[in-house]
Amino acid sequence: MKLTAQVLSLAAKLISGASVRWLNCDPENYQRIYFANHTSHLDALVLWASLPRHIRTLTRPVAARDYWEKTRLRRHIASQLNVVLIDRKDIKVHKSPVKFMIDAMGETHSLIVFPEGSRNTGEEMIAFKSGLYHLARKRPDLELVPVYMDNLNRVLPRGEFLPVPLLSCITIGPPIWLENDEKKMDFLERARESVQRLKEV
Amino acid sequence: MLAATPLLDDVRTQWLVGILLLLLVTASLLGRLISGQADGTVNVAQVRTFRHRVRTWWMMMSILVASFILGPIGAVVLFFFVSFWALREFITMTPTRGGDHRTLFWVFFAFTPLQYVLIGMNEYSLFSIVIPVYASLFIPARIAISGDEKRFLERSAKIHVGLLICVYALSYTPAILQLDLKTRVDGEPWKGSTAGLLAFFVLITQAGDVLQYGWGKLVGRRIIAPKINANRSWEGLIGGICSTSLLGSLLWWVTPFQVWEAALMSMIIAIMGFAGGMTMSAIKRDRGVQDYGTLVRGHLGVLDRIDSLCFAAPVFYHLTRHFFATTTS
Repeated sequence: MKLTAQVLSLAAKLISGASVRWLNCDPENYQRIYFANHTSHLDALVLWASLPRHIRTLTRPVAARDYWEKTRLRRHIASQLNVVLIDRKDIKVHKSPVKFMIDAMGETHSLIVFPEGSRNTGEEMIAFKSGLYHLARKRPDLELVPVYMDNLNRVLPRGEFLPVPLLSCITIGPPIWLENDEKKMDFLERARESVQRLKEV
Repeated sequence: MLAATPLLDDVRTQWLVGILLLLLVTASLLGRLISGQADGTVNVAQVRTFRHRVRTWWMMMSILVASFILGPIGAVVLFFFVSFWALREFITMTPTRGGDHRTLFWVFFAFTPLQYVLIGMNEYSLFSIVIPVYASLFIPARIAISGDEKRFLERSAKIHVGLLICVYALSYTPAILQLDLKTRVDGEPWKGSTAGLLAFFVLITQAGDVLQYGWGKLVGRRIIAPKINANRSWEGLIGGICSTSLLGSLLWWVTPFQVWEAALMSMIIAIMGFAGGMTMSAIKRDRGVQDYGTLVRGHLGVLDRIDSLCFAAPVFYHLTRHFFATTTS
């Protein structure tokens, strides 16, 4: 693994004090899509760092191109973490983000996605964007693994750049799949609930 | 100023450390022996608590021995990390709002290190007031500037209490190492080692906890405050205080105190330890009842173990300094 990536994941672990719980789900290197609630800039990095090393090297966070290409430092970090950069603004039919993500996964990689789209400032999770549904339709073999990230919004809230080193908790739950004939809205709501449920256990 | 002194040179300190090691080994073996008997005669939860406690004692023992070897600076650094972790736990279980973020940043990265730097420099006139006075002025002002008025006093108080208990109070423990002491019998400088005094202090706080628990289990009937802590009874408290004083008086030889002074100090340590335990119970009950779901799981650990230490340390330090220090500047 690359040096910056190692330093970053160590720093992320120290600052977020994250304890990781795998509930009815084991760290395996099947192709997966980890989907989580999004409340902090640190989410992708901390979730990525919480995965065991042999899985981390095969897992790519998905993030917004406009944010991660803004400065040299961000570009460097994104390349170190092997981030899949997605256009949020300029979506065209012939280069749809879903196809792009599928290509980025290939036959070996897993993805980390945040289906709420942008970071959420409220207490409750907002409705999921449809990308997760389209991914599940195109690749029904993928395990969709819900992740709940607790307290990270207090470690580094939106609009802040200095972290406060509180303790956070990352809960990784049992995978879900798209059912036959399941409607888009139903599936997205079920996916959202699968994340929400991890908050209570 | 600091000098890395070989704190373990003192024979009496070596004796005390040796006795403690022997006790710990016995306790560990006992714990293993009991939990090996899977015949249903033992309470599994109690055995687990006991073994957890023994593990904490090993941790404390390692911190103590490491700080004796590394000298006062080492002790200050180690206790800084303990404080930092305890404060993390405290603030994590205390709900704060977005407007507190920058205040918290200063609390973690300015006041906490500053307190330990001042302890390391033995700047009594500063380390005794920076957090109680200046942090208590800074915290509400900084929150006010952030522009969020909701539950303003409550938030200021929460952050300040956390800083006081986890950082200010605990930082007096390594400060004991830097006291210049005399005996009150002849006023001559005390020949012993402050490392021994620190070990005495930590031992007595822990013994106070255990003895109060033990007496409470044996004869406890009148619970002091059932809503706060259902285990602490008047019988446990009084039995614990008396037996802790007795134990303290038996260990007078490692301190600059006479036998009766050691007994009195131990009594005060036991009372303060009780006060600390009750206070932390109250904070936890309050959090538990109002907002159970926001508690981050699997993390509450350090704070539970050092509550008595936090409350006893400033009082023990100030009494020792007032009555036994060679120079009171």
